[in-house]
Amino acid sequence: MRTPAPRGPLSEHVRSIIRSEPSETCGRNIADVDDAITDDDLQLALWMSYELHYRGFDDAIGDAEWDLDLLRLRAEMERQFLEDLRRTVDPPTNKVRPLDVPDALARLTSDTGGPSLSRYLQVEASRGQFEEFVIHRSAYHLKEADPHSWAIPRLTGASKAALIEIQFDEYGAGSAPRMHSELFRYAMRGLGLDDRYGHYLDRVPGLTLAMTNIISYLGLHHRWRGALAGHLAAFEMTSSAPNRRYAAGYRRVGGVHDAALFYDEHVAADAVHEQVAAHDLCGRLAECEPSLADDIVFGAAACLALDNLFAKKLLCAWASGQSLLLPERSERMALAL
Amino acid sequence: MTDHRATIQAYPNGPLIVRGDFEVQDHLGNPLPNARRTVALCRCGRSALKPFCDGTHKKPMARRVPEHDLPSDNGQGAGRPS
Repeated sequence: MRTPAPRGPLSEHVRSIIRSEPSETCGRNIADVDDAITDDDLQLALWMSYELHYRGFDDAIGDAEWDLDLLRLRAEMERQFLEDLRRTVDPPTNKVRPLDVPDALARLTSDTGGPSLSRYLQVEASRGQFEEFVIHRSAYHLKEADPHSWAIPRLTGASKAALIEIQFDEYGAGSAPRMHSELFRYAMRGLGLDDRYGHYLDRVPGLTLAMTNIISYLGLHHRWRGALAGHLAAFEMTSSAPNRRYAAGYRRVGGVHDAALFYDEHVAADAVHEQVAAHDLCGRLAECEPSLADDIVFGAAACLALDNLFAKKLLCAWASGQSLLLPERSERMALAL
Repeated sequence: MTDHRATIQAYPNGPLIVRGDFEVQDHLGNPLPNARRTVALCRCGRSALKPFCDGTHKKPMARRVPEHDLPSDNGQGAGRPS
């Protein structure tokens, strides 16, 4: 994958650093960013910074991954992202007792208060809308489990074993074709979409990238290991029922039948994972490190807040016959002329 | 690698999680096709994937309202939309 086309001064500056191209100081003040969560430029810049820790870029020159200027810029973007996230997230006002963490997670995830994107996809979405949904989700699923894996070395004991138990499944229990990222690629091909890593990066907006960037952020910072655990728990705990609906919707719009395996697999797998995540990962982590209890709940709330925001915006766009995908590059260039 | 004795762990308000050396069979003794080393067995009876859990236990039960308590226009919906 090559570096994507920049969307503004921040992503342009990050791209220059990655490609070792001469660049002046970044022409955009991060403090002026209105909403870091939905900012296309900032989220792409963050994405590119994090991607250096994942698969990297074919046109990267030198060791940009640990470039100090890049890390400094990334830290500023992260600060803004976190500040805007705290404003958006609605965590409980009372401090959570460590013993109550699994119950607090269950309450948070039982009523997300958001619109039902999964029901719409199950019964109403057109083929084009379903394809759009899969394109957005591919930003996460093609690197599925990698962002949460950052927390493995940051945990100890029972919570570490629990995270491994979940991730072992995500990575196909040792079988490459059964890795969940591979099952997702199969599902993409079953809809006639291009399954190459990074192929649709230019089309997905800031909010879509934010939903994965938040996991990279939490996972790459020791201080946020509790929130990473909470994020994974919320992710797993809100998975089974929607995946059942996605599978039905996938088949309804004509996706190749056995390529719905990704969704079918997740219904049963996440029924296990949600228990392990809530009790063995988060519950034991809170017992072992009681000071992390609030962070665990914050991470879960952050996951749900971004999911709900995305669902609301997507359904709203579709209701007026529009798309949340950015125009194709050729369209953008034509518009710029 | 030694085989581990099977353990069955009951999770609060949730399924039975089975780990270790086990085989899930149908009523005729045929092994069920699950390739997972850890499975969740349904405890609520409402899973569409029985004997495996599919998360349905989290959905509220449909409420049965006595007829004389029904409002005159419509009956109450079953559970919470999601």
